[in-house]
Amino acid sequence: MSTLNQLTAGELARAIRRKEASARQATEACLNRIRQIDGQVKAFLSYDEADALAQADAADRAVAAGEAAHRPLLGVPIAIKDVLAVRNQPLGCASKILEGYISPFDATVITRLREAGAIVFGRLNMDEFAMGSSTENSAYFTTRNPWDLERIPGGSSGGSAAAVAADECSASIGSDTGGSIRQPAALCGCVGLKPTYGRVSRYGLVAFASSLDQIGSFTKDVSDSALLLKAISGVDPKDSTSVPESVPDYAKALEGSIKGMRIGLPKEYMIDGMHPEVSAAVKAAVDQLQKLGADIVEISLPHTDYAAACYYIIAPAEASANLARFDGVRYGKRVDGADPIEMYSRTRGAGFGPEVKRRIILGTYVLSSGYYDAFYLRAQKVRTLIRQDFLNAFEKVDAIVTPTTPTAAFKAGEKSNDPLQMYLSDIFTISCNLAGICGISVPCGFLKEPKLPLGLQILGKPFGEAALLKLAHAYEQSSPWRGQKPPL
Amino acid sequence: MEYEAVIGLETHVQLKTLSKMWCGCANEFGAEPNTNVCPICLGMPGVLPVANEEALRLTALTGLLLNGRITPFAKFDRKNYFYPDASKNYQVTQYDQPSTLGGFVEFELNGGMGRVEITRAHLEEDVGKSTHFDRFSGVDFNRAGVPLLEIVSEPVITSPDMAYEYLNALKEILVYGGISDCDMEKGMVRCDVNISVRPVGQKELGAKIEIKNMNSFSGVRHALEYEIPRQIGVVSKGGKLSQETRRWDDVTGMTETMRSKEQAHDYRYFPEPDLMPFVPDEPYIASIKACVVELPLARKQRFMRDYQLPASDAQTFVWDVPLGGYFESAAKASKSPKAVANWVINNLRARLTETKTTLAEIKFPPAALAELIDLVDSGKISSRIAQDVFAEMFNTGEAPAVIVQKKGLLQVSDTGAIEKFCDEAIAANPKSAEDFRAGKVAALNFLKGQVMKLSKGKANTNLIGEILEKKLKA
Ligand SMILES: [Zn+2]
Repeated sequence: MSTLNQLTAGELARAIRRKEASARQATEACLNRIRQIDGQVKAFLSYDEADALAQADAADRAVAAGEAAHRPLLGVPIAIKDVLAVRNQPLGCASKILEGYISPFDATVITRLREAGAIVFGRLNMDEFAMGSSTENSAYFTTRNPWDLERIPGGSSGGSAAAVAADECSASIGSDTGGSIRQPAALCGCVGLKPTYGRVSRYGLVAFASSLDQIGSFTKDVSDSALLLKAISGVDPKDSTSVPESVPDYAKALEGSIKGMRIGLPKEYMIDGMHPEVSAAVKAAVDQLQKLGADIVEISLPHTDYAAACYYIIAPAEASANLARFDGVRYGKRVDGADPIEMYSRTRGAGFGPEVKRRIILGTYVLSSGYYDAFYLRAQKVRTLIRQDFLNAFEKVDAIVTPTTPTAAFKAGEKSNDPLQMYLSDIFTISCNLAGICGISVPCGFLKEPKLPLGLQILGKPFGEAALLKLAHAYEQSSPWRGQKPPL
Repeated sequence: MEYEAVIGLETHVQLKTLSKMWCGCANEFGAEPNTNVCPICLGMPGVLPVANEEALRLTALTGLLLNGRITPFAKFDRKNYFYPDASKNYQVTQYDQPSTLGGFVEFELNGGMGRVEITRAHLEEDVGKSTHFDRFSGVDFNRAGVPLLEIVSEPVITSPDMAYEYLNALKEILVYGGISDCDMEKGMVRCDVNISVRPVGQKELGAKIEIKNMNSFSGVRHALEYEIPRQIGVVSKGGKLSQETRRWDDVTGMTETMRSKEQAHDYRYFPEPDLMPFVPDEPYIASIKACVVELPLARKQRFMRDYQLPASDAQTFVWDVPLGGYFESAAKASKSPKAVANWVINNLRARLTETKTTLAEIKFPPAALAELIDLVDSGKISSRIAQDVFAEMFNTGEAPAVIVQKKGLLQVSDTGAIEKFCDEAIAANPKSAEDFRAGKVAALNFLKGQVMKLSKGKANTNLIGEILEKKLKA
């Protein structure tokens, strides 16, 4: 029988509800696992054991008081990426500039997880300010892929993916600006969901690129994705960009056949440089979906080629303004100077890592007078075209299937000196953020040698998470990859 | 060669809202430093702005009060610059699609009328306030995020006086519309002044020189009185001016260079991704229109025209809107609005002050005042008695006619009765009668007073004069 930390969030919540296990036991199981293996995996920047156990005890009291029936995550330990504000816990974005900073408030997602009964704990490693695809840009250390400790877990939410894959928590929360949930989920062999822009409140998420950022989950299976999405979704008066769309019962939506659902294969995603085993795995997954009754349709997303260029203008532009507040005046690191300008350059010079600086400079440049029209404005127009590509495609299909990444996890250090190569690992995931639609990555097999997980990306219509989850769930249930664990 | 000045003003006004622009903190002046703050207005990691609806409403209303229009699509932008008082190191403002466009302000100027066209009025956020101490500086973020309206005029102002009168008129409109308290002492109004000079008749504008952050209207006037001759002095001697930003020094009475064009900021504006565009619908615009009040100048002109009031009375009713409203209710029921104005300004207002009463607490309806004036005009009571009736009305709220009847205050116009009082007065004061006959006209007034006394104030004044004169001359 599995230990409590290995259970899915749904299984654990059920066991706790039935009083077959306690929240304290579950939390202790996770903490034990962390103590045992996190020295190797390095998913956590820090965690507050006493606070986690206090929450667990409170959860057990709530179970005793009969609250489990309406709190679907009661007693489930969920770990948090270091980019989300949790009251009285460090909030560092894996950056030196926020060293020692403690958040005075809970992000809306955290509030909602607490209401659902979750034990919210830990600070998961990431690329500094979510800029990167490997966690190598963390100012502290690189998280390791639980399937091969020589390799990176993906990023930027690499800690979130590794922690779930290594059973250090039941589920975790991350953020996705250009693939930062789906790519590490694929590389670590778990399920990563990026909801539609506006589906989940961004209040309390430290902004990287405000128009692209979205909070989502890492889970051990698709039904957990449905469970977590239900808990964290919905309009929030604190986030003007959250959308007042009703939140369906995603768990219910998983039921039934996918017969007759139409799945689009974009011809533009069949690129050179894709690992042959990746193409083969995706092909096999598509065949499987067809066997399950889905209709497969070839589609075209003609502006795909421009997505990366567009993304690397818009995201840095927004980041350059979003990160301006880290100046040493009010909080975080300060390196004194003779005047404010000197203090700013010293503080930011010492506080930000090279990738963050690179993107701030890039963003500042594309917004500069004389360049704005040629770069930022044009990128916004291209973005509209990319979104229109998807909306056109969704006239014909219910979902679009692609590989999540062109290759499996690479070795630490392999691409860290080549930012352009690194940027390419998000090639399949960034369009989804530019278009503001939803996407999920589900495990679709393994590279044979070495054995490394691969991911299938399914993209859905705006607010079409229910259909997305249904397809992902049907595929997962029929695939042989379920429940495989890394050799730790 | 003759030169002329071309002046444009950017006026920043703090809006009268309960809370700040993006958060729930109080919009309040004078609190202890950094007490009206929260993670949002301090720009802490992870926060998001939510636009204050009342601020958006007041901005749209300002557009209409300034005879402009509410735009069908407005959005916010980020203006990027580093300064310790800017908590995010960008200011959220409306750059190219503001809430309102166009309009004009009219005002009295040197005995005639002046008019300044408005380019736009847009909404933004105020920043914190820096204080410099000996060894360090401090920032108070209480003001950070206070909703700030920027009203941009066209470059059509030609003199320091015109700028001054425009600013005063603008302020009066904003106070009138409930947009801002415009308290200069509390820094609620600040101006940036753009000035250039050119030869009369030339179309293109000269080099634009900006004087930043003026916090009084007289300061603006003084700065212009200094800056215009300075610029004309430079160009008329063949010198060249170049675009720059200058600072006004109140103490020396001079402007000095702050930064040149080369040092100008590149603000790197781009649309604020954390806020949705503002697209007002018809019902919204209608609800704003319903809040448009009569502007001060229009009100003054209307009072002068409709009630034949002198400018000073009309101005009183512009400054004191409720009193003006009261006046109008009474004046509409009266044939002599000027008399109503006198009663309201001289008697009623004084009584209200003495007794610390509000207009709403007055016991008689405005029409009763018209009725009282009518009693005087028709000769039923004397002006003196009217004062007593008014006092009684004020105390009890009884109708003037009722008071007059109850107290038997009707004016005596019965010549027989008055003749009797006149005879008595002459008999009792032979010296005065003698004086009058000897040509001392003033003696008649004394005798009139005596007759009035005998009649207990009720005798018709005109009749007393006639009868006394007739008797004395006989
Ligand atoms: Zn605040």
